[in-house]
Amino acid sequence: MQSLVIVAHGSHLNPDSAAPTHAHADTIRETGAFDEVRTGFWKEEPSLRNVLRTVEGDTVYVVPLFISEGYFTEQVIPRELRLEGWDPSEWDSEGLSADTAVLEAGDTGQTVHYCGPVGTHEAMTDVLIRRAESVTGDSDIGDTVGFAVVGHGTERNANSAKAIEYHAQRLRETGRFAEVQALYMDEAPEVDDVTDYFESEDIVVVPLFIADGFHTQEDIPEDMGLTDDYRTGYEVPADVAGHRIWYAGAVGTEGLTADVILERAADAGAELGDALDVVRDRTRQPTAGD
Amino acid sequence: MAPAIDLPAAQFAALQETVEAGTVVDHDGLSGRYDAETDSYAFATPEIDRNGLTEREFHALASDHAAYVSNWYFWAETVGDRGAHRVAFLRWLEGGDRVPERYDALQSGRDREWGQLRITVRLDDTGDRAYAIRHADDAEAAAEDLTAHQDPLDAREIGTYDEAGRYRPLRTAPSLPTGWRFPDLDAHGVYEAVEAVYPATVANWHREREGELDVDHWREAAARQTGIYKAVQDLPDEAVEWVAGACCVDSQCTKRREWELDSANELDADGGDGIYPCREPCSLVVAAARKWATLEEEEPRTYEFELTPSEKQQLEAMIDAIADGEVDAIREADVAEGANRYRVRYLREKRIDDAGNLAGTPTHPDAGDSTTAADDNDD
Repeated sequence: MQSLVIVAHGSHLNPDSAAPTHAHADTIRETGAFDEVRTGFWKEEPSLRNVLRTVEGDTVYVVPLFISEGYFTEQVIPRELRLEGWDPSEWDSEGLSADTAVLEAGDTGQTVHYCGPVGTHEAMTDVLIRRAESVTGDSDIGDTVGFAVVGHGTERNANSAKAIEYHAQRLRETGRFAEVQALYMDEAPEVDDVTDYFESEDIVVVPLFIADGFHTQEDIPEDMGLTDDYRTGYEVPADVAGHRIWYAGAVGTEGLTADVILERAADAGAELGDALDVVRDRTRQPTAGD
Repeated sequence: MAPAIDLPAAQFAALQETVEAGTVVDHDGLSGRYDAETDSYAFATPEIDRNGLTEREFHALASDHAAYVSNWYFWAETVGDRGAHRVAFLRWLEGGDRVPERYDALQSGRDREWGQLRITVRLDDTGDRAYAIRHADDAEAAAEDLTAHQDPLDAREIGTYDEAGRYRPLRTAPSLPTGWRFPDLDAHGVYEAVEAVYPATVANWHREREGELDVDHWREAAARQTGIYKAVQDLPDEAVEWVAGACCVDSQCTKRREWELDSANELDADGGDGIYPCREPCSLVVAAARKWATLEEEEPRTYEFELTPSEKQQLEAMIDAIADGEVDAIREADVAEGANRYRVRYLREKRIDDAGNLAGTPTHPDAGDSTTAADDNDD
């Protein structure tokens, strides 16, 4: 019996925060790859503290639905899950290469395969591309458009910018887009000046965030000039300074994120059968755009 | 007398296969076994005890005592080898009586309450169980007045918002909306629906029943906090009492608080009567305690206000109404209520000056700027 637990931040204020976690859990549950799929949250229930005791299997793959390595993946989650003997050196990572560590949960005795965060997995690049396809409604989107990956910046976590740069570079290497640029909310190059960084008329903007919330729904749209007041909404695409901005919202809301969760579990040794193919296929939406 | 169960062939086949594989069945009064040497079966219930049976006799007895066999089948095959907490919960739903009495009760439906859920378990004529869930306040509601759901995971969405459509950050708050029902869930479905509405409550309830509930008291929970929540370690002991009284009573949460200040020092606040325990301060309590830890750093000071006795009482009534969630229930024209909107607006007209100060008394008279206090809210 193998069990999957997706752990995420959650929110006391915003119900949208946990929505992608539940959606991806449902997607994976439907594949039947795991005997059970549970979710646990820092700010919601079941709490990280209680989630493992809801799990009925003895072998548990824990995948953090977080963007980068840092405080939550290295301190909060292992502590709250009571992963005995945990030390960040188990991952032997400088910020991008956390993969898996095998530990025992102190209260339940389960064997926990503690995986790196979804945001730094190479498969997340594919989700960014899928997000661009979804927001434009064009599955061939590419050589005439610019692609902006947006992150927090280094103010709170140096590894946050590493993840952004990593995926921006991988996007460049695909050669699929005319231009690729990493942009930040609280440092240069700033998302406020998005149009300064692109020659292309069309720019797809995808925040590397797990869930939509204050930053992706209020700050970034206003900072880019998509709207003066987030409460009135914004157009997709929106005309800004001679460019068309296709603003996608948080990449983590894209259904294909479930694939990255599975990739993390597979890298840690989970047996998935054809679940990866099933998820890639089922999460493909032919059109979106609005 | 137990209701008639028409023993399905599959249930008898499962029993026969189990005993022929060498397993001695001993469950809820039913015992059965197979002796390969003599190719004979044994069958017993509290009413009869027979051995040396042929297959035909074994089958006949199983059919005559189908309630016991179907009960074994339900627990061994339908529920199966799942988590101990799931099994214990399903068992609790139908009670611990002997099979005949339990089947009698289940035939007409047995109701249990779990937080604000009303869970009904019924028996069908094969001995299988069907479960229904609705809000306890909808116990008497007509089925057609409630929205029917089939997928147990729908319960997650139902529990996300309260009756007024506001987000419920605390799943165990007594604010579950009414108006829905799950008319027909199987044993695993009922567990998943309950888990979706009240996550982890079954697991901790089971641990407590087994004498294994691992309670983290306030000081232990505070001591492990890091980052911005490390500040809760500074909360004075008496304030922990106020936190528990404010947040952890039955009117605010359906869990029963089992954590105390520490293992040697209990809190006076009422822990409540909830059926499932609360084993440590939750994230909402920790987040609120962080705010209170900051606020408790302030020193009290003496202010001088001029209020009429009725105005003082009105302030007290307003605090009560907000704290008890009764503001919305106060009628628009009920000016006898201190927290009535017109009464409060009148008080503001009369006693709050243009700078927002009560009775014209500055919050920080030494600072010379009486408006800053209203601006220090970082929410």
